[in-house]
Amino acid sequence: MTKVTMTVNGKSVSGEVEGRTLLVDFLRDAQRLTGTHVGCDTSQCGACTVHVDGLQVKSCTMFALEADGATVTTIEGMGNADGTMSALQASFQEHHGLQCGFCTPGMIMAASSLLKVNPKPTEAEIRHHLEGNICRCTGYHNIVKAIMAASGQDVSAIAAE
Amino acid sequence: MYAFDVTRPKTVAEAVAALSGDEAQALGGGQTLIPTLKQRLAAPATLVSLSAIDEMKGVCADGGTLTIGGGTTHATVAAEASAYPALAALAANIGDPAVRSRGTIGGSLANNDPSACYPSAALASGATIVTNNREIAADDYFQGLFTTALNEGEIITAVKFPVPEKANYQKFVQPASRFSLVGVFVAKYADGVRVAVTGASENGVFRWKEAEAALSANFSADAVEGLTASADGLINDLHGDAEYRAHLIKVMTKRAVAAAK
Repeated sequence: MTKVTMTVNGKSVSGEVEGRTLLVDFLRDAQRLTGTHVGCDTSQCGACTVHVDGLQVKSCTMFALEADGATVTTIEGMGNADGTMSALQASFQEHHGLQCGFCTPGMIMAASSLLKVNPKPTEAEIRHHLEGNICRCTGYHNIVKAIMAASGQDVSAIAAE
Repeated sequence: MYAFDVTRPKTVAEAVAALSGDEAQALGGGQTLIPTLKQRLAAPATLVSLSAIDEMKGVCADGGTLTIGGGTTHATVAAEASAYPALAALAANIGDPAVRSRGTIGGSLANNDPSACYPSAALASGATIVTNNREIAADDYFQGLFTTALNEGEIITAVKFPVPEKANYQKFVQPASRFSLVGVFVAKYADGVRVAVTGASENGVFRWKEAEAALSANFSADAVEGLTASADGLINDLHGDAEYRAHLIKVMTKRAVAAAK
């Protein structure tokens, strides 16, 4: 076992991990941050998406040891400081961007990472960016709509489907 | 996964020393290796993570050559390889954004997946693969399915790309995996055109020499119109049979030539 220390959602945390301990297991089991989901565990679905040093990664495809010293943000760190939802999260609620909700943490993490570099993405850009995030309810349409709305764009032209 | 240790050396020299240990294996971005470990298709005793080696990261353009550190992620290449726009565009479309945050050029070339994007760019550009102890020409480097000229414990520290006059990469995506069903990289240099095909052959990336000759004489999509890529030795699977892939090679080549800049 090796000791790792990282900053998770602004807080410094440490723990003993094996070489094979995945970042997602460290977050869920050791830190009890169960908002990060394991959907497929095969690096396909993106439900486990978190930010490591500001970059979106699949936490099921990175070892906890590789995040030693890094700054990690999970879905639990995405709300406003006063505990209310961020504009992006509120937009998912407003536009019915989730059905079962399983993929939602990953969708929010992926979308926020897109909006950081591209504040007003087109529908095509959003869909391209979400290629690594799979929604098992096939609710992509409203997810795209929620992201466009959160970026301050008019979504009235996007028909409800 | 079976149990293993992970070490994180800070220099190439430390990594090479660590890789000389029993059952040690290099870990790049892990976007292929970690899923492989989960399936217990690999069982190293030690994984030597290359992600903390700063001297293996970065993109540098100098006198017509673009040098990319072996540990440079696809996202960084996409953002910083502006001296070679076709290569930056290729990197920007590998996998998905999370894969591009972790996956590295050295890892991709060392793995030499027959459907990976980077091997086509390296081969079409006549790139030089730089390792911890030698330089290998791309024409000698790719040796078949998941097979390269790398020796045990050898690390790709950098890749040197001669910047072409014009180039383009066209990928026909296999929609489930996002790997190329067929991908074609066309690069035009002063001394001729090189065309490399990925995704199609059971032997991994290869050059389509008939198209190279035709395009070197006349760099236009029409130049390959009369050619037929051979279906011999092409991958035949549920995503597409060999004849279909052969057809796609020509279509992707024409598109790449038309889009080259």
